[in-house]
Amino acid sequence: MLLQVIFLLISIAAITFFTINVRKIARNINLGRPVDRSDRPGERMMVMLKVAFGQTKMVKRPIAAVLHLFVYIGFVIINIEVLEIIIDGLFGTHRIFAAPLGGFYNVLIASFEILAALVLFGVIAFLVRRNILKLQRFTGVEMTEWPKSDANIILIAEVLLMSAFLTMNAADYKLQLMGAAHYTPGGSFPVSGLLSPLLPESQGALIVIERACWWFHIVGIFAFLNYLPYSKHFHILLAFPNTYYSNLEPKGEFNNMAVVTNEVKAMLDPSFVPAPVEEGGRFGAKDISDLTWKNLMDAYTCTECGRCTSVCPANITGKLLSPRKIMMDTRDRATEVGNNIDRHGKEYKDDKTLLDTYISREEIWACTSCNACTEACPVNIDPLAIIMDLRRYAVMEESQAPASLNNMFGNVENNGAPWKYSPADRLNWRVES
Amino acid sequence: MKDLTVPTMAELAAKGESPEILFWVGCAGSFDERAQKITRDICRILQHVGIKYAVLGTEESCTGDPAKRAGNEFLFQMQAMTNIQTLDAYEIKKIVTGCPHCFNTIKNEYPGLGGNYEVIHHSQLIQQLIDEGKLKAEGGESFKGKKITFHDPCYLGRGNNVYEAPRAALEILDAELVEMKRCRSNGLCCGAGGAQMFKEPEKGVKDINIERIDEALSLQPNIVASSCPFCMTMLSDGVKNYNKEQEVKVLDIAEITVKANGLDR
Repeated sequence: MLLQVIFLLISIAAITFFTINVRKIARNINLGRPVDRSDRPGERMMVMLKVAFGQTKMVKRPIAAVLHLFVYIGFVIINIEVLEIIIDGLFGTHRIFAAPLGGFYNVLIASFEILAALVLFGVIAFLVRRNILKLQRFTGVEMTEWPKSDANIILIAEVLLMSAFLTMNAADYKLQLMGAAHYTPGGSFPVSGLLSPLLPESQGALIVIERACWWFHIVGIFAFLNYLPYSKHFHILLAFPNTYYSNLEPKGEFNNMAVVTNEVKAMLDPSFVPAPVEEGGRFGAKDISDLTWKNLMDAYTCTECGRCTSVCPANITGKLLSPRKIMMDTRDRATEVGNNIDRHGKEYKDDKTLLDTYISREEIWACTSCNACTEACPVNIDPLAIIMDLRRYAVMEESQAPASLNNMFGNVENNGAPWKYSPADRLNWRVES
Repeated sequence: MKDLTVPTMAELAAKGESPEILFWVGCAGSFDERAQKITRDICRILQHVGIKYAVLGTEESCTGDPAKRAGNEFLFQMQAMTNIQTLDAYEIKKIVTGCPHCFNTIKNEYPGLGGNYEVIHHSQLIQQLIDEGKLKAEGGESFKGKKITFHDPCYLGRGNNVYEAPRAALEILDAELVEMKRCRSNGLCCGAGGAQMFKEPEKGVKDINIERIDEALSLQPNIVASSCPFCMTMLSDGVKNYNKEQEVKVLDIAEITVKANGLDR
C-alpha cells in the first residue's frame, strides 16, 4: 500500500513538473509575432502524416533512417506497455492486461521485447556514430559541450531504460516459471527469455531484481519525460505540430511584408488608405520577439541532427554560417528571454539580442538562400526564414548591408538593374555584336 | 543564320496587336554578354516554332529579386508594383522567363501584390514544345556520344520543384546524361543565390562555385548544362579556374536546343 502511494505521488509530481515546463516552452513560442497557419487543414494533416509519422524525409540517409525508425517505433509502441506499468503501480496488480487480452497479450509483450532489443541496437549504434566514428555531421562550432552531452545523456538513458525493461521481464519470466506468488503467468518473452539463465536462482533475489528494475524503469521514464523540455530531444513531441504548421508555399517564395506593401502603396498613390496590419513595430527581426511563433516553434523542434548544416553550401566551403546554429541560437535566446520574464517580470529587457549577441552579421550574409537546409530538415524547420528576417532588419532598420549590396540597391533603384547599366541599353542584345 | 526579329510590346501595341506570350528577358539576359547569347537563342526557339511573342525592352525593369533576398523589401515591392503596372497596362496574361529568379519572383511573389500571370520558365516552354512535337533534335549539331551533366538552379529545382523540364531538353538528344551525386532536390547551389552574385563571399576555405564545378568535372563531362544566367556565370568561372574551357562547355539548355536544331545556322 505504501509503495502504491509513493508511486502515485511520484507520478503526480512528474506530470505536474512536466506540464509546468511544457507551458513555459509554449509561452516562449508565443513570444513570437502572429502568422496565420490555420488554412488548408487537410493538406497540413497530410504533411504531418507523411513527414512526422511517416518519416519520409529521413530516408535520404538510409542508415540513420533505419536506426531512427527502430527507436521511433520502439518509443511509440513501448508506451502502450507503460500504461500497464502505471496501472500495476497504482493498484499493486501484476500484468493486469494479461488475463483480459489472453493470447494477444503474448503477441504484444513479445513484440515489445523485440522492439526493445531493436531500440537498444539503434541507440548503441547512435552512440558509436557520435563518440567513436565521430561523424562530421555531429561536429561544428555550435556543437559545444552541452549539445554533445545532451545527445549522449539521451542515448545512455535509453540504453538504461531498455536494459531495465528487458531485465525486469527476464526476472518476471523466471518467477512465473517458478510459480512464485503474485507473479501470475502472462506474456511471451523471446528476448528476455535468453537473458533469464544469467539471473540468480533464488526467488528472493529475483523478486528484488524484478522490483528494482520495475521501479528504475518507470521512475526513469518519468525522469526522461522531465528531461525532454530541457533537451534537444523535445522534437519527439514538437515534430508533429511543427510539420502540421509547415510552410505550404513553394520554397522559392518569400513572404511579402504587408507593412511594407502599405507604405509602398501610399508612396505610389497618396490617396491610398492602408488596411491595418498585425505586425510588430520593426521591419525584420533583431530579437526573437520580432520573429513569428512558427520560427520559434521551429527552434524548439530542432534536434540538432545537422542535416541542414551538412548540405549548406556556405558551411561546406568553410564559411561561418551553419543553419543548425541559427536554430540553436534562436531557441537559446527564446529560453533566455523566457527565463528573464520568469525572474524579472514581463517588462524586463536585457542588453542582448538574437542578432549580434547570438548570430553574427557574417553568418547571415553568407547565405545563398538555396533552400538546401529546409529541404534536408526531416521535420520541416526553416532556418532561411529567420536569416531573411535578420537581413531585413539589418537593411531596412539599420541600412547595414555590405557595401557592394548597397551599390546593387542603388543600381536597381536608379537603373532598374542590379548592375550599372543604362536602362536605355536594355534592348541592345537584340543586335548581335 | 535566319534573321532574328524581336518585337517589343510597344511595337505590337502600336500595330494594335498582342502577343501569345511575353518573354521576360531579365537583367542578366539583357546586359550580361554571355546571357545575351542565351536570350537570343530563346528568341530563336520562339521564332522557330512560330509562337507570337514580344519583349518589354526598355520598359522592363529588375523584378526586385536580388533586393528582396538581400533584405530590402521596400525596394523589392517598389520594383514589383512598377512592373505589375507595366504588365497590366499591356494586359499580359502569359510570361516566359529566361531566368529562374525572375520566374520565381513573378510567379510566386507578384500575385500577393496584385500581379497575376501564368508564368513559365524557358525550360518548361522547351519541354512543352518537345511534348507537342514542335521541337525535335534534328537538323543541327549532333550530341551523339557527348557526356552531359545538368546543374539544377536552386530557384527552379528546390524553389519550385521543376526538375524534369530542363532534363527533357537533354533527354531528346542522343547524348549520355550523367547526374552529379548532388542533383535534383539535393542539388548544390552554384553560390550566386541570395544576392551573393552581387557581393564578395564571406571568408571561407573554398568558393562555392569551385566546390560545385569540382563535382561536375569529376564526371568528366563534355558539357555542363544549366538554365540560369547566374549559374552560368558561376559555373563558367569554375571551369575557367581550371583552364578547361576548351574541353568542357557550360551551356544553357536553350543554347543546346538551338544547336541541336540548327537554329543558329
